[in-house]
Amino acid sequence: MSASILEVNGLSKRFRGLQAVDDVSFAVPRGGIVALIGPNGAGKTTTFNLIAGAIPPDAGRVRLDGVDITGFRADRACHAGIARTFQLVKPFGALSVLENVVVGALKATAHMPTARRAALDLLERLGLAEKASLPAASLTLPERKRLETARALATRPKILLLDEVMSGLRPTEIDAMVATFAVLVRESGLSILLTEHVMRAVMALSHHIVVLHHGQKICEGTPEVVARDPQVLECYLGHTPH
Amino acid sequence: MLVSIIGTVVQGLLSGMVYGLMALGLSVIFGVVRVVNFAHGEMMVLAMYTAYIMNTATGLDPLLALPLVTLALFALGYGLQRGLINRFIARPDNQQFLLLLAIATILTASLLIGFGPDARNVQVDYAYNSFELGPLLLDEVRVIAALGSLVAVAALWAFFRFTRTGKSIRACADNQIGAAVVGLDVKRLYALTFGVGAACVGAAGCLMLLLVDVQPYVASDYTLLAFIIVILGGLGSMPGAMLGGILVGVAEALSARFIEPSFKSAISFALLILVLLVRPQGLLGRA
Amino acid sequence: MSGLSPRAALALALLILLLLALPLAANSYLVSVAVVALFAAYFGQAWNIMTGFAGQLSLGHALYVGLGAYAAAALFTHWGVSPWLGMVAGMAVAGLAGAFIAALSFRFRVGGVYFALLTIAFAEFTRILFDHFPWVGSTEGLFLPVKNLDHDDPLHLSGSPAMFYYLLLALTLALLALSHHLLNRRAGYYWQAIREDEEAARALGIDVFRYKVAAMALSAALTALGGGFLAFYDKNLYPDTSFAIGRSIDIITAPIIGGLGTLIGPILGAFVLTGLGETMTWATDAFGIIGLKQFAYGAALLAIVVFQPAGLWPWLKRLARLDAPAPRR
Repeated sequence: MSASILEVNGLSKRFRGLQAVDDVSFAVPRGGIVALIGPNGAGKTTTFNLIAGAIPPDAGRVRLDGVDITGFRADRACHAGIARTFQLVKPFGALSVLENVVVGALKATAHMPTARRAALDLLERLGLAEKASLPAASLTLPERKRLETARALATRPKILLLDEVMSGLRPTEIDAMVATFAVLVRESGLSILLTEHVMRAVMALSHHIVVLHHGQKICEGTPEVVARDPQVLECYLGHTPH
Repeated sequence: MLVSIIGTVVQGLLSGMVYGLMALGLSVIFGVVRVVNFAHGEMMVLAMYTAYIMNTATGLDPLLALPLVTLALFALGYGLQRGLINRFIARPDNQQFLLLLAIATILTASLLIGFGPDARNVQVDYAYNSFELGPLLLDEVRVIAALGSLVAVAALWAFFRFTRTGKSIRACADNQIGAAVVGLDVKRLYALTFGVGAACVGAAGCLMLLLVDVQPYVASDYTLLAFIIVILGGLGSMPGAMLGGILVGVAEALSARFIEPSFKSAISFALLILVLLVRPQGLLGRA
Repeated sequence: MSGLSPRAALALALLILLLLALPLAANSYLVSVAVVALFAAYFGQAWNIMTGFAGQLSLGHALYVGLGAYAAAALFTHWGVSPWLGMVAGMAVAGLAGAFIAALSFRFRVGGVYFALLTIAFAEFTRILFDHFPWVGSTEGLFLPVKNLDHDDPLHLSGSPAMFYYLLLALTLALLALSHHLLNRRAGYYWQAIREDEEAARALGIDVFRYKVAAMALSAALTALGGGFLAFYDKNLYPDTSFAIGRSIDIITAPIIGGLGTLIGPILGAFVLTGLGETMTWATDAFGIIGLKQFAYGAALLAIVVFQPAGLWPWLKRLARLDAPAPRR
């Protein structure tokens, strides 16, 4: 059993004239939190989508827990153990908050009472239990992000992919989310791969950072190492992590 | 035999031009406003009845009534979009569709109430005349209808190419947000576009009345025909709509002549199924 | 989703009691009107599974009514096959047809309005096909041999309107129960997820294609079952009415007015619409104007789409406050 839960090797994707992702390789250790950062257009979300199965790669391999899942369509990838959130949240608006999470839980079990219990438990963990019976469409943005996370977690994934989950949140909300994730990883051995612009969250949460620029990996390492790397600083042009 | 086939093809081609004009209206509406006008056939039938009334009341030839009917349908289209459909632009597709379905039902029912279910037609003096083109015998009404369509299409093309409004509408179709940013009144342009689309139908209706009877129940047939043509030719493509119209016209004429008249719609539906599955952007549409 | 509040359950029980007693109290005309309403409710509910639950707009459901009707009727007329067996055959044929159309469409990524158009095209194509199908009478129609008995014969589906009423009531209630059951199981949850957001559904491990095809096949088969009953009630079939696009539109009007995607919506809508329709038919006869009923239907549809797009049932529930703290349905 390898030390990495997720291994990405030589991942590439071209859109018409643009090489969006260019020979990207990195790994996520078991129980680790890895952040994918870079300026806009660096290829973070595309890399995400390639791993999660939303789009097929042109080249490269993706291994989850030793199993080759390259090119798996999204639902197959989910069954292999990938769960993801979306940058623009996608709640099932007409369903209740609880029902949303139950949909996720049904991947792990077809037994409704079990699924409901698991869903309720996750809502508790993410602070949404009081809103369980309300329609998802009535939630605020931070609540929707928590709902999306709960729903993804309900599928009992091996790795959780968080796509700019902190964007649009206020600092206190960001800190709360960071704390929640830290606890989840510690208690359940969950691994996380996240893309983020919000440096506050990245620095607080990640064990390891991978920096992309123009589709290529330009640096990786611990937060301290990356924060000082001259190439990284240059590509962010004066952006200081806080 | 060959003459017979060519003759049938030409007849189909001529009728097909009128179909094309009708479908053009749908293409314009969908291409710009992005609304699926499920009431298109009903508007066509309404136009035909309007020309019919004018003919029975004043003896006016549908060709001469054409400008008036076109104007009337323009007003209807403009009013519908401005007053009702504009509110649905942001709503889910299904709701827009149902809105137009409701409008279509009301239109058909109104025509039924007003005119009854029996077929009506118009008899012009030259209804039984024909031209000779070499060995072929062409109906004069069909040639006139086809020419009328060509004139209407040319006018439409000129409108979009050379007038300010036309260019604004095209801008809107290409980039709605950009259009709003540069100060174009998008809602008004939508209403104008729907009006223009309806006007096409108005013109096509007058021309069609020269060729066939009208009754309320054929409305849904025309709606489907318009969709088949537009999908076949490619949404948002003006030449595509005409090409689609001609193809459908020819296919119908050939199948009516050589297989069986009642089968002609079946061919059109088979074509639709084929196109939707194999090349949904249509023959001339953008992928 | 799983439970009704005590008030709602009581209301439903009362309603069922009323429905059971209806033929005893009403005259023959009212019973036949009720049968029309039940047919509308049943077809609407069956269609609701595809469009309301799974969110895929089908405008060609008349295809399945026709297939079910013709299968049962033709087998009975030509080979004396029991109507009940004939209906099973109809369900199989329709289910396969529905699965085929859905699989073909979704395999080629035809969705939304284009899919709706495709369903119309298939229905119309079949209509014209049956117009030239001698074994089932082509355009002249298929007539069921009818023995004028003075008693009800459920085994051969021949009898009074009251017999059909009870059979149809049982069928509609059974479908209601089935829909309720499905909504509370994985299939129901997955369908609704697909309806709300396909991409998100896929990311949660749902095989969207399979579930869409299954919804269509089930919806088609259930519709065909009703079609079989319709054949024996009407006792004559014509392709131009059985497969007509007008019938497809009639099928969808009741659930939309009552409440798309809800359990009670199609049934409520069916009774409201039938009441409206019969009033209009009376007016048509009284004033000699054809088209009033259609006008009323169109106006009702317009009113709902513009003012209460979710339908009458959600609106009524809000008014009567019948919804429990539990999730609304």
